[in-house]
Order: sequence, then C-alpha cells, then structure tokens
Amino acid sequence: MEETRKQNEKLLAVLLVIIAALFIAPVFVILMNSFKSQFYIVDTPFVFPTGETFVGLTNYLTGIEKIGFFSAFGYSLFITVFSVAAIVLFTSMLAWYLTRVKSKLNRVIYYLLVFSMIVPFQMVMFTMSKMANMLHLDNPVGIIVVYLGFGAGLSTFLFCGFIKAVPLEVEEAAYMDGCGPIRTFFSVVFPILKPTAITVAILNAMWIWNDYLLPYLLLGTKYKTIPIAVQYLKGGYGSIDWGAMMAMIILSIIPIIVFYLTCQKYIIKGIVDGAVKG
Amino acid sequence: MQKTLKKYFPVFALPTLICFMIAFLIPFVVGIYLSFTEFTTVTNSTWVGIDNYVKAFSNDEFVNAFWFTTKFAVVSVVTINVFAFAMALLLTRGLKGTNLFRTVFFMPNLIGGIVLAYIWQVIINGVLYYFQATLTLDAKYGFWGLVILMNWQLIGYMMIIYIAGIQNIPPELVEAAKVDGATPWQILKNVTIPMVMPSITICLFLTMTNSFKLFDQNLALTDGAPSKQTAMLALDIYKTFYGRVGWSGVGQAKAVMFFIIVAALAFLQLWLTRRKEQEN
Repeated sequence: MEETRKQNEKLLAVLLVIIAALFIAPVFVILMNSFKSQFYIVDTPFVFPTGETFVGLTNYLTGIEKIGFFSAFGYSLFITVFSVAAIVLFTSMLAWYLTRVKSKLNRVIYYLLVFSMIVPFQMVMFTMSKMANMLHLDNPVGIIVVYLGFGAGLSTFLFCGFIKAVPLEVEEAAYMDGCGPIRTFFSVVFPILKPTAITVAILNAMWIWNDYLLPYLLLGTKYKTIPIAVQYLKGGYGSIDWGAMMAMIILSIIPIIVFYLTCQKYIIKGIVDGAVKG
Repeated sequence: MQKTLKKYFPVFALPTLICFMIAFLIPFVVGIYLSFTEFTTVTNSTWVGIDNYVKAFSNDEFVNAFWFTTKFAVVSVVTINVFAFAMALLLTRGLKGTNLFRTVFFMPNLIGGIVLAYIWQVIINGVLYYFQATLTLDAKYGFWGLVILMNWQLIGYMMIIYIAGIQNIPPELVEAAKVDGATPWQILKNVTIPMVMPSITICLFLTMTNSFKLFDQNLALTDGAPSKQTAMLALDIYKTFYGRVGWSGVGQAKAVMFFIIVAALAFLQLWLTRRKEQEN
C-alpha cells in the first residue's frame, strides 16, 4: 500500500513537472528567438540561435529605439501608480460614506456602481473617449480621472463588503474623542481597511498596467504605454520586425515577473478575495 | 456621527462620483441614445429609430461574430475549468514543491493580452509551418489558437480560486468518507465537488464573461483574419466604429446588444447562485 502510494506521488510529480514545462516553454521560446535575426524567427522559432542566426542584443537595441521602450515604460508606470493610488484612496472614502450614511440616494449610487461592473467597455468606448477629448482628459494625467471613474464599481464594491463587517464602536470612540470624519477615516478606518486596500490595488494594477484599448483611444500613439508600444510594432502594413518584437515582449514581461515574485503572497490573496466577493 | 458625516459628501463621495459620471454614467446614457441615431460626432446626430439595430442584425459580420464568440466561450469555459480543477486537485495533495508549481501556473495571467497574443502567434505559426499553414489561413486555426491562448492565460487564475475552495473543505468530512469506505472517485463526486460549488460558479462566471468580452488577444492574434471570420463581438464592434465611415450608429447599436448579452449572462449567473443558496 505504502509502496504504491509513493509510486503514485512520483508519477504525479513527473506530471506536474511536464505541465509546468509547458507553461514556461512559450516564454522560453520567445527569449531564445529574441537573440535571433528576424529572418529566422517566423519559419523556425523552435531552433536555437546558431553562429549564423545569432545577433546578440541587436533586436533589443532596435526595438527599444523603434517604440521608445523606456518612455513607454515610464508612461505605463506613471499611469498605473497614480491611477491605483487614486482608486484606493477615493473609492475607500466613498465606500465608507456609502456604508455609514444610510439614505435612498446612497443606495441608488451603490447600485449604479455595482451595475457598472457588468457593462462591457465597448458599450461606452466611443462616447467615453469623445467625452474625455472634450474635457481634455486625453493625456497621461487626465486618464487617471477616467480610470478612477471606470474602476470605481469593483473597488467600491469590495471596500463596502469589508466595511460592513467593521464594528462601529471603534469609529464612534474616535468620534467621541473629538476626531472629525476626516481624521476618523484616516487614523482609524483606513488602517483597518488595509487588507482590502491591497486587494483593490493588486486587481486594479493588473488591469491598468495591461490595458490596451482605453489608453489607445485616449492617448493614441502620442503617449505610448507598453501594450500600445508593442502593438505599434505591428505597423500599418502588416510587416513586423519579429526580432524587435521578441525582444520587446521579453522586456515587457521582466517587470511583471519581478513584481509578481516580490508580491506573490498579496497577489494570490488578492485574486482569491476579489473573486469570492466579486 | 452619521449626521456630521453626511455633511462631508463633497469630500468623501464627490471625487469618485464626478469621475464615475464622466467615465461611465454619462457615456452610458448618451451611448444608448446614440444607438438610435446616425452620428459622426456626439453633438451632430439625427434620430433614425431602430434603423441601426436592423442594420446590425442583417450584418453578416455581426451574426458571424456572435456565433464565433459563443462557440469560443463554450469551448473555453469547459476546457479552462476542467484543467484548472484537475490541477487544483493535484496541488492540494500536499506534494513537495506545490508552491513553486502554483507560482509557475499563475504567471501567464499577469502578462497582458496584447503581449500574450504575440507570444502565441509566433509559437502557433511555428508549429503550423510544418504543415505549410499559418494562423490566418483558416478560421479554425484562429479559433483553436484563441482557445489555447485563453487556457494558458486563465487556467492559473481559476486554479487559485479552486485551490482556495478545496482547502476550505473541513478535513473531517473527507476522513469520514474514507472511514465509510468511499473510493477516491466517490469522494470527489460526493464530497469535493458539492463543497466547492461556490468556487465553481465563480469560475464559470469569470471565464464566461472574460471569454465573451475578449478583445486584446483577438486583435493581436488574428485581427479577425481571414476576412473577419475570427473577429469576436468586441473586435467587430471596434471595427464597425473605427473602420467603417458612417457606421458609428450601427457600431453603437451593436455595443448596446453586446451589453445586453453580457448583462443577461451576469443576471442568469446571479439567479442561479441565489437559487442554489436558497436550496441549501
């Protein structure tokens, strides 16, 4: 009995290793091809670079120059960090307000926010980008306003779910001690919300960092974020420099992997919490 | 405290609400209105009634996109959830290196749709090259390409949710079943699956809506080729808006229908979950 159990476990381990290899293989193939001359990629992507096809860092250098990778990285980082910060700050405040002040209007607001979660982007794509143009929000700062508005639904919903479970007594005590609502919120409520704040931050960061269509419609190719820059490589005539593409894919994956490996615990927790409550 | 807080509406609620109106509420309402008009800009529109809807329905591309999306969603939902659940079972057996495997399986989910699609474009074309074919030669290649890509991206995500669900099952329950002489298959069928039902509904819902709303991956992998046969609903709406002059009204009408489909799926889901909860 013990013998077969051990054997089974070994078999399972081998199976897992094979699946894991399948999951990593695509990225590995891209990495390998990023060092190959672009003429040897499309037809033979599974062949290792050899003396003839190896081009060193050429692809990286042309790619970085072609799409302005570092400025794209800068824009992506700027937009993601500030949008996420705005979302966490303002939706947690709104959620607290909506949960603590009971009124008909607040219930309507809450349901409108929940409703916005199920509306696909294409529904508001055209009108929203026109509106953003009219209000001059079509730049890396203005887009933060749009992200806050469009991300408000899920984030407020998650915060509300958590705040409902927070006992009122703590807040009342702070209030009795003479704290105004603003002090009460920032010194008492917000610290309690921290776990949910992390979940909200992770979910929104993953969305905004990888978002393509919304920034593309608002910013065009004037301020390229990483997804826009990668898509921009495709060009208008269907001819792609596949070498540069491979290199840029690798460069855009590296920050994600670094972020993932450092915050893995929070990301996994964020996914589970976000899914269960969403 | 409620009374004092109420006065702080401008501080606590207004920033988000203003942005919400700009980015969602007003565009949503105007969008519905515009679907009944012919327009080039938001301010220059003429009422045409349900004309746009009629045009959208008699538009082969839209009908084709609808069926393509539906087929894609069904196949993806089934494959992703079966694989994700199986892998979650494997990773909850307390084997060595479980955490490492979980890390690896989840990784693709963090890569954005555009980048993801280019990765797979190279790989799938590389394989098809041996058969003298390319991704855009036939719609079936594009279809299965999208399915593979979607599996690679979402299996890890769903697996994490399933793992959380399985770990929440009280161990006594499984022990009791074992003592009663249940086979592993019986335990799976009568203990594990009923206990993780909430996770299953969540995952079905997430994969379903994600598949229906897919855009980036579709744009970067096939861009609808050959001849718009692999364009899904979101991409078809985008192309109607920005690829065809004078069809913005039809694009908006398609978008409204798209919204109704997605909303109907969401409500169906909600209704099913509620009914289940009441039964228990």
